[in-house]
Amino acid sequence: MIEETKAVSEGIMQNTEAAKSIAAAIAMGLGAIGPGLGIGILASKAMEAIGRNPEATSKIQTAMILAIAFTEAIAIYALVVALIIKFV
Amino acid sequence: MQISLTPESIVKFGDFSVTNTVLMTVVISALIIISSVIVGKRAKHKKTKHKPKGLHHISEVVLELLLDLADSITGNREQSKKFFPYVATIFIFVILSNWIELVPGLGTVGVYQMHHGERELIPFIRSNSADLNMTLAIALVSVVMAQIMGISALGLKKYGKKFLVSPLKKPYFVGTFVGLLEIISEFAKIVSFSFRLFGNIFAGEVLLTVMLMLVPYFIPLPFLFLELFVGFVQAMVFAMLTLVFFKMATEEAH
Repeated sequence: MIEETKAVSEGIMQNTEAAKSIAAAIAMGLGAIGPGLGIGILASKAMEAIGRNPEATSKIQTAMILAIAFTEAIAIYALVVALIIKFV
Repeated sequence: MQISLTPESIVKFGDFSVTNTVLMTVVISALIIISSVIVGKRAKHKKTKHKPKGLHHISEVVLELLLDLADSITGNREQSKKFFPYVATIFIFVILSNWIELVPGLGTVGVYQMHHGERELIPFIRSNSADLNMTLAIALVSVVMAQIMGISALGLKKYGKKFLVSPLKKPYFVGTFVGLLEIISEFAKIVSFSFRLFGNIFAGEVLLTVMLMLVPYFIPLPFLFLELFVGFVQAMVFAMLTLVFFKMATEEAH
């Protein structure tokens, strides 16, 4: 079993196209975990605040969208790294 | 279907290559300039209280919405009028550049040219926010403008005191450290601005190209709507973030 895994991974490392694809996939996949959790927490707190005080909805909404754009930017950095690995 | 991180050049004048994003920038700038000239002329001709129609009406609505948005962040009409021209220009320019990738012909209408020995199709339409040069340029200008606004509102000494806190006063050495961190965060702002816009729009273009290649009819519709929404949100985020940095730069330190 170990011999086969070694052979497969050696084969992947020899072939640069395969290594690039795997690297790009791992970069994007791992990079999406953090922002996903972050946006979930943000949105849930915003919903709570709106439920508690429906009059301040538009203020909370504006601030929430701004904060979500900030956290989403982190996922975009991961995406740019994945694209650079794959296409450059 | 080729996807390249850098924009492809169509014509070369010596060392300066006119890429397809430069072409799109020229088209968008011409659009903005011509419509502002038309609306400006019609706004001046207001003899009686006639209702504005067409382009004039839309421009008034958009500008009023932006001014109210600016008010909700700064809270002060005077200040938002000072910041408004630059921020509204960024918003209008960026949203038009983001939306130009929805025009039919993305990646398909172009010329065949020899690049690196191969005959490739150089598309004409490529959103100019998908060009790191442009996003970096706008980010640099925004951050430098924030510094200038801060200096003009507070004066050079007071503004410098935010970054270079002397280690002999109250928060000893921690204050100096925080000041240095503030300088580093200014550079981080440049990087984050440019990459946020570039990443979003470039990823959207790649998504659209792949989707249109796989199933050309009906299925790309939700992705086109997604790109419409993302383009709007990114433009709004860029403009609002610039506004927030202006406001933070012009207020006193604590």
